[in-house]
Amino acid sequence: MTTGFIHPSLILILGALLLPFVQGPLRRPYLFLIPLLTLLVVMVNGTLAGNHGLVTFLDWQLVFGRIDKLTTVFALIMAVIAVLGTLYGLHVDRAGEHIAAWFYVAGSLGVIYSGDYLSLFLFWEMMAFASVFLIWYRRGAQSLRIGYRYLIMHTIGGVILLAGILLRYQAVGDITFDLMDVAHPELYTWLIMIGFGLNAAIVPLHTWLPESYAEATFNGSVFLCAITTKTAVYTLVRGCAGMEILVVIGVIMALYGVVYAVMENDIRKLLAWSIVSQVGYMIAGIGIGTAMAVNGAVAHAVVHILYKSLLFMGAGTVLYMTGKSKFTELGGLYSRMPATFFFTIIGCLSISAAPFFAAYASKSMIINAGFDSHFTWTSWLLMFGATGTFLYNGLKLPYFLFFGTNNCSEETWNRAGDPTWNMMIAMTIGATLCVLAGTAPGFLYAMLPYEAVYNPHTLYHLLETLQLLGFAALAFFLLQKYLEPVDSICLDIDWLYRQAGSAFLWVVNKPLQWFDTVWGEAYRVVGLHSLMVVSRFWSWFDWHAIDGVVDGLARSVRALGGKVRLLQSGQIQMTLFCAFSLAAILLVTFIFFQLL
Amino acid sequence: MTNLIEKLRNHLKTVVVICLALLAVISGLSLLIDSSHAHSWADRYIPFFWSFFGFAAAAAIIGITHVLRRAGIQAPTTFYDRSDATDREEEQ
Repeated sequence: MTTGFIHPSLILILGALLLPFVQGPLRRPYLFLIPLLTLLVVMVNGTLAGNHGLVTFLDWQLVFGRIDKLTTVFALIMAVIAVLGTLYGLHVDRAGEHIAAWFYVAGSLGVIYSGDYLSLFLFWEMMAFASVFLIWYRRGAQSLRIGYRYLIMHTIGGVILLAGILLRYQAVGDITFDLMDVAHPELYTWLIMIGFGLNAAIVPLHTWLPESYAEATFNGSVFLCAITTKTAVYTLVRGCAGMEILVVIGVIMALYGVVYAVMENDIRKLLAWSIVSQVGYMIAGIGIGTAMAVNGAVAHAVVHILYKSLLFMGAGTVLYMTGKSKFTELGGLYSRMPATFFFTIIGCLSISAAPFFAAYASKSMIINAGFDSHFTWTSWLLMFGATGTFLYNGLKLPYFLFFGTNNCSEETWNRAGDPTWNMMIAMTIGATLCVLAGTAPGFLYAMLPYEAVYNPHTLYHLLETLQLLGFAALAFFLLQKYLEPVDSICLDIDWLYRQAGSAFLWVVNKPLQWFDTVWGEAYRVVGLHSLMVVSRFWSWFDWHAIDGVVDGLARSVRALGGKVRLLQSGQIQMTLFCAFSLAAILLVTFIFFQLL
Repeated sequence: MTNLIEKLRNHLKTVVVICLALLAVISGLSLLIDSSHAHSWADRYIPFFWSFFGFAAAAAIIGITHVLRRAGIQAPTTFYDRSDATDREEEQ
């Protein structure tokens, strides 16, 4: 490794491996210090530039530490989330859960620092296999199944990505991970884009996201909501910026997520659908590909991690304290959970791009970049989606969770309350960062990959946003009876997957099984029977004609076998006696012949 | 904060009137500001454009989701469990 560069994933991996041995009062300080150390290392690495951590493997040079502005901004936010997520779940005793989370972040940081496809793929898979444990640790009725579905989808994505990498290596002859020639896409370009895109939850490959993030543990979802999709956004920025199909995909995601989030009854599933929608903005920005659009996509990824983790912390707190996550089992909680309500509201305002809250500084960058680059309809549709975001996340979520009809059972109501100190501190830090990013985004803009001048704090932007949000709120309160939550699920594209799976099982169980049975029976009757008759004849012929008449060797071997078998009494002493006797006879015979 | 919310809820009519007045002020102000930052001719020349856009977009989304719900997107929570149970019965 090159001097000066320390790979932050190493700290998390070593920290995770040592965690089971750190017990008692040292456990919590250790849990806090390892992610903090990781953050410090990422900050120090940010002072470097160029390629570090170079390792030669076979004919390839692996780059474990490519450092530039894009790397640093993503690595920083991932390290911040490692600190916040661990702090939020500091009181969780299960070491395995922390280990899974740290390996997950280590995988993400590994991808971000990778300068070649081979090490990227290694860390990519580490993310998938570590993160699934954050779902399984919930140990709910559906956790195992949902975890497997999550893993299957990511494995498929990994195979597609690997196919793209191999085809690219065959065509180009190197494994450097850099911007592809998106103007002239080859098959490998598409495969790599789809492989990355599956992790970004591009529609229709998004079905793994809503159900798994809603099923994860209360603290696991804080990591999940931040890492997989945004790491994928990083890879798309790095490898596919300017690929115009991403504009279409991004807009579809932005609107698709809105529609499902508006219909959703589970608060964490609503937030998961919101990820699909918000990542859509980033994907569209990447597809537009101008400096302003890519900056917007990166800025939106950073603030999205901040407000989404805050929202998942708020929703996780409700789940942790009440055991419930459905609107139809909650409601009116503001008086029981005032601090949680306050932090969730900050998250809601941040995602809604309300003035002086996080997304106010980023979402408009992407939309303006669209207008400036003649992607006019894209920008209009994204504005339409932004209104939807405010509708489900700025209005529906807080209204039906903290106000609205009180659907809590007596037990739920009694259990409700603000959470432990560590959860409160994590939410406080998250909320502070959201407000900071919205009010003084200069520090965020300074970290973006391109030099681009943008000022969100114009009077026009302020009044445009206030009108948009204010009148959307008016529509919500006039039409809210159509948004009343219903205890139901919403059928998604996974219905098609499941139908296809069921159809496949039916084909295997019915026609194929029937054919196999018929074939087996026919073979038994016709093939096997005939074969046995012929075999019996030749056996008889061999025994009586060949061996009986010609040499009698087979009978002699059989007779000898019968005698030798007597030596195998099953007693070890007897076996040793025979073996040593035979060895002695052979040795004596050998010496005798040598002397002759 | 809880007390403040309680007070506001107890004076809901006043709160609604204040909010509507605020909306009117915001819309009115939009006529007075420099529109050189506008994205297109629509928001540059149509008065109260973003007010209409916000209301219409929200209403449209509520309408679309309402139609989709009724069109069969919404299903009972046991929808997939029942399918699994049927499969298991068939296997047996």
